[in-house]
Amino acid sequence: MTAVQAPLALEAIGVTKRFGSITANDDVDLQVEAGTVHALLGENGAGKSTLVNILFGLYHADEGEIRVAGKPVRMDSPRDAIAHRIGMVHQHFQLVPVLTVAENVVLGQEPTRGRGVLDLDAAAAEVTRLAERYGLDVDPRAVLEDLPVGTQQRVEILRSLYRQADVLILDEPTAVLTPQETDQLLGVLRGLAAEGVAVVFITHKLREVLAIADRVTVMRHGRVVGSTDPAETDEAGLAEMMVGRSVVLRVPKSAARPGDPVLSIDGLCVQDDRGRPAVDDLDLEVRSGEIFGIAGVEGNGQRELVEAITGLRDVLDGSIRVNGTELAGHRPREISELGVAHVPEDREKHGLIAAHSIADNLVLNRYHRPPFARRGVRQPAAIDDEARHLVERFDIRTASIDAPARSLSGGNKQKVIAAREFSHGAPLLVAAQPTRGIDVGSIEFVHRQLIEQRDRGVGVLLVSAELDEILSLSDRIGVIYRGRLVIVADAADLDRAHIGRLMLSGSDQPA
Amino acid sequence: MSVLRSALIPLIAVTLALVVGAILIATSGSSPVEAYSALIEGSFFGWESFGTTLEKATPLIMGGLAVAFAFKAGLFNIGGQGQLLFGALIAGAVGYGFTGLPWIIHMPLALLLGAVAGAAWGAIPGILKATRGAHEVITTIMLNFVAANMAEWLATKVWRKEGDILVRTPIIEDSAEIPTWGHVPLGFFIAVAFALAIWFLLQRTTFGFEIRSVGLNPSAAGYAGISVKRIIVLTMTISGFLAAIGGSIETLGIVGRYEPGVNAGLGFDGITIALLARTHPIAVIPAAILIAAMNASASLMQFKAGVAPEIVDVIEALILLFVATPIIVRWFVKSRQDDGVSVGATWGST
Amino acid sequence: MTTLAGRLVRYRWWLVVIIGITAFTLFTGDFRLDPTTAILAATLRHSTPLVLGAMCGILSERSGVVNIGIEGQMLMSAFAGFMVASGSQSLLMGVAAGITVGALMGAALAGLSVTLKGDQIIAGTVLNIAAVGLTSFFFTQGRSLPGKTPIIRLGPLADLPVIGKVFFINPPITYVSLLLVVALWYALFRTTWGLHTRAVGEHPSAAETVGISVVRMRYLNLILGGAIAGLAGAYLSLEAVGSFERGMTNGKGFVALAVMIFGRWNPVGAWGAALLFGYTNAIQTQFQFRGWFTDHPQFVGMLPFIVTIIVLAGFVGRARPPASLGQPYDRE
Repeated sequence: MTAVQAPLALEAIGVTKRFGSITANDDVDLQVEAGTVHALLGENGAGKSTLVNILFGLYHADEGEIRVAGKPVRMDSPRDAIAHRIGMVHQHFQLVPVLTVAENVVLGQEPTRGRGVLDLDAAAAEVTRLAERYGLDVDPRAVLEDLPVGTQQRVEILRSLYRQADVLILDEPTAVLTPQETDQLLGVLRGLAAEGVAVVFITHKLREVLAIADRVTVMRHGRVVGSTDPAETDEAGLAEMMVGRSVVLRVPKSAARPGDPVLSIDGLCVQDDRGRPAVDDLDLEVRSGEIFGIAGVEGNGQRELVEAITGLRDVLDGSIRVNGTELAGHRPREISELGVAHVPEDREKHGLIAAHSIADNLVLNRYHRPPFARRGVRQPAAIDDEARHLVERFDIRTASIDAPARSLSGGNKQKVIAAREFSHGAPLLVAAQPTRGIDVGSIEFVHRQLIEQRDRGVGVLLVSAELDEILSLSDRIGVIYRGRLVIVADAADLDRAHIGRLMLSGSDQPA
Repeated sequence: MSVLRSALIPLIAVTLALVVGAILIATSGSSPVEAYSALIEGSFFGWESFGTTLEKATPLIMGGLAVAFAFKAGLFNIGGQGQLLFGALIAGAVGYGFTGLPWIIHMPLALLLGAVAGAAWGAIPGILKATRGAHEVITTIMLNFVAANMAEWLATKVWRKEGDILVRTPIIEDSAEIPTWGHVPLGFFIAVAFALAIWFLLQRTTFGFEIRSVGLNPSAAGYAGISVKRIIVLTMTISGFLAAIGGSIETLGIVGRYEPGVNAGLGFDGITIALLARTHPIAVIPAAILIAAMNASASLMQFKAGVAPEIVDVIEALILLFVATPIIVRWFVKSRQDDGVSVGATWGST
Repeated sequence: MTTLAGRLVRYRWWLVVIIGITAFTLFTGDFRLDPTTAILAATLRHSTPLVLGAMCGILSERSGVVNIGIEGQMLMSAFAGFMVASGSQSLLMGVAAGITVGALMGAALAGLSVTLKGDQIIAGTVLNIAAVGLTSFFFTQGRSLPGKTPIIRLGPLADLPVIGKVFFINPPITYVSLLLVVALWYALFRTTWGLHTRAVGEHPSAAETVGISVVRMRYLNLILGGAIAGLAGAYLSLEAVGSFERGMTNGKGFVALAVMIFGRWNPVGAWGAALLFGYTNAIQTQFQFRGWFTDHPQFVGMLPFIVTIIVLAGFVGRARPPASLGQPYDRE
């Protein structure tokens, strides 16, 4: 122990924040030293994002104090945080898609040629200088929305570095990266720490914590449950701190007994919103009674594939057949009736109509058919009966089936969607990012339900950005890269590193 | 109880508007007390006045219904003016153009053909929005102007009586008239019937469920299998139909012929009424009666209190202002988040 | 970098339109110089309120706020300009009044949509209806102006054939509008204010994160835009017509929105689109001179509105508005 102690780069003392009746942060303490990597660990809803939003001035704490370099500060807005040399890399990038890299980096502190006239050449030069110094490769004149996600993230980091951040906060930075990109990022973060920057990063991935963090603070239900040096614990120990009980890291399942193919896709070609090929001559087969998981970095065509299957996007070429019936060219409702159930990726936008009642949402795929409607007139009694039945069977926590769906928590909303789609009776179930943003208890529930569907003979197509989920649930795995499946194999025959390489580069060679 | 709570915001809005109106009246040199008592007297005292109020309320109910119905799907139909014009015009043309038909055929025929014309006029912006993403606010207003020009041409060149100097269609046959019972116009009850029908459609049918779903979350509605484009077109068509019924009733039941300028401003009143009624089809009825009362007694207010009749327009604009931004009014009342549709969010998108 | 040839290919439809219009103009002008020049000059003048209205729209929408109330802003400013000018017998004061009223209405729209987070389209419609009601209520007959704003010849430039008569012999607000087009283009794409505005309109939370105040930018732009719309209104009553009539804007505020969309939210593009629409107005007078459609003037009157619809239907789907347009911004 040295006698002289440098002041903490960033400190939160007794921070409390309430949103209505929910206490998102409850007397939270955090101590971050300069030149270290500090991980903030917790499951979804633990309060990590709330805390860092307070540290960055986006929210105001109801109680408590923040100190920068030992001195108490007042943060009314991000401007104050930036002035105190705190920078943030957000989970949903706070970058302007139509502007260039250089414009995004210097936005708000632009170099000028006097009286407000932009000096974009100086901006580009500065961006290049910073990029080279910290090892973040970017083209300053590229338009942001044309860049891959990993590169966009670098721009967001550069933006903080441009403002000479002493503290860099990253909110779930690896959520959108491949394993290889993740390693690259973690390397960059260690490099920044070596240059004296205090790095705080939020994650729910235990592996990353163990890989680079000097210190980890674990949060649960808005409180800090512990703060420790990762070297003194392991995955299981961290998991237990995170959830408060022994966590089964893999859902138990019996061997699959796959039957005949339920879904057959041949030579599928689908375009994205900008007319470029997103799905490019893809072949795929899902059999009944198996879970087929598609792994891949977001943006390689999974979304367009799911949209094509469910009828929300036109098929340019190729065929999609469910039990022999061709789906291409049909509208979503017809496809649903032909036997495709769908748990959509964006539940707020596509899965629920938040202002409608829970009951209405539970029958959203069948409201036009008897017994829920006869000759165009709705039958409220039949709807309510079914709703009550589903609420009980799927353990949806709500006071009343007439309450609007938006009153539910994220996990319960997903349960509504699951209840609706899993009781569909369809031979094919397409589940896209089914456990994104929900609490661990609900995640376990959804996983168990998926396996139950599979055991009943449903063919499940699972698309997820969470590699762990794919590995734990799938019987067979396919890796999607640039619109096609570069490998299809039994789950037992693939490991993380192998899949990661394929996700990143489409080939088996090391990246 | 919840009915009273929902009525609170519109009531406060109206009260605030009347207060500001009183101030304006006072600054223009007249007495608010005299003006407002003339308002009540001119609209409700006596069967004749009451009948006039109901008469004026009739096209307003239809106009308000048209706007409220479109709102449910997230559409802002400002084209009520043009749709109504066609309703009035075609009804007038059918009304005078056929002789020898029994009333039981002639009147409904005129009414419905007028409504069909308005429905077609409403379908145009609906199709443009569904297929090309052209926002209905601009297209409907443009079509209002086009309708005004077309109606003028038709009433001048095609359907005018020989030798008539004024621009208008000839008087309709007796067999096309919508009668009045004493002073109360039958047309009013037609409008009320439509209000009830629209309420049933929206709340109790699958079609109504689809319309409301599209208004609340078009993406999720699409996912649920609803054809958003189909709903947009159908909603605008029905909305045009409703507005045109108002115009038809005006011609067949009140004026007896089509005259340009008679219906001026009714389209915008429809918006005020729809918002005042918080887009509830049944609440459109009392809201329309309120606005009709003000319009009916405008001339009496001028006569008895010396106030310019346009004060009524100003008060109505104020009502619209206060009811459209409920947050102002919510300073007086604590109420939960309004889950209304957002018309603005669909600007420029398909 | 696009070459000239590349640009010509991309905009080939514009070339077709320009050639078509030129041919038609010469035809209506009987291939004589004077009437043709007159049409072009009238086109420029008719386009003035439209390009000003469009710039008001661009300022609001580039920062993310829909402004449907341009029509109301123009009407109120035309009215205020007329009342002040006839009362004070000073046209300059009238113009100032118009600009002020427009700016105030812009502030009102900002209050309704930014602070109170009301639906922006309803807020704009409310302003329109309020304008119609208030101008009708307060308008008194029998007032008159000391003439319209004078036409200014710009020295030797005015003697150039055709171009001189069209561009350099104009009343003041027309000149100002041309200057504003250039100024706004430069400000939007070459200054920090412009970059901030565009950031706020595309991704307000990103702007807020780097310390730009979304609320402040939107208020500023709506007020500036309102002032420009006010200038458009003043143009109508004090420069174009010379008096006030109820409803004299006659839909120009909405046509200005189509101009803005057609011009892809770019001041120079909007100017081009405004010229097209101004042309449809200028042609109407020419139709009268030539005795076409005199028996059916209504068809000519419909023309600008039908063109607006066609433009909207043809171009909106392909034009890309600022991403955050129409959505109120909520910080927490």
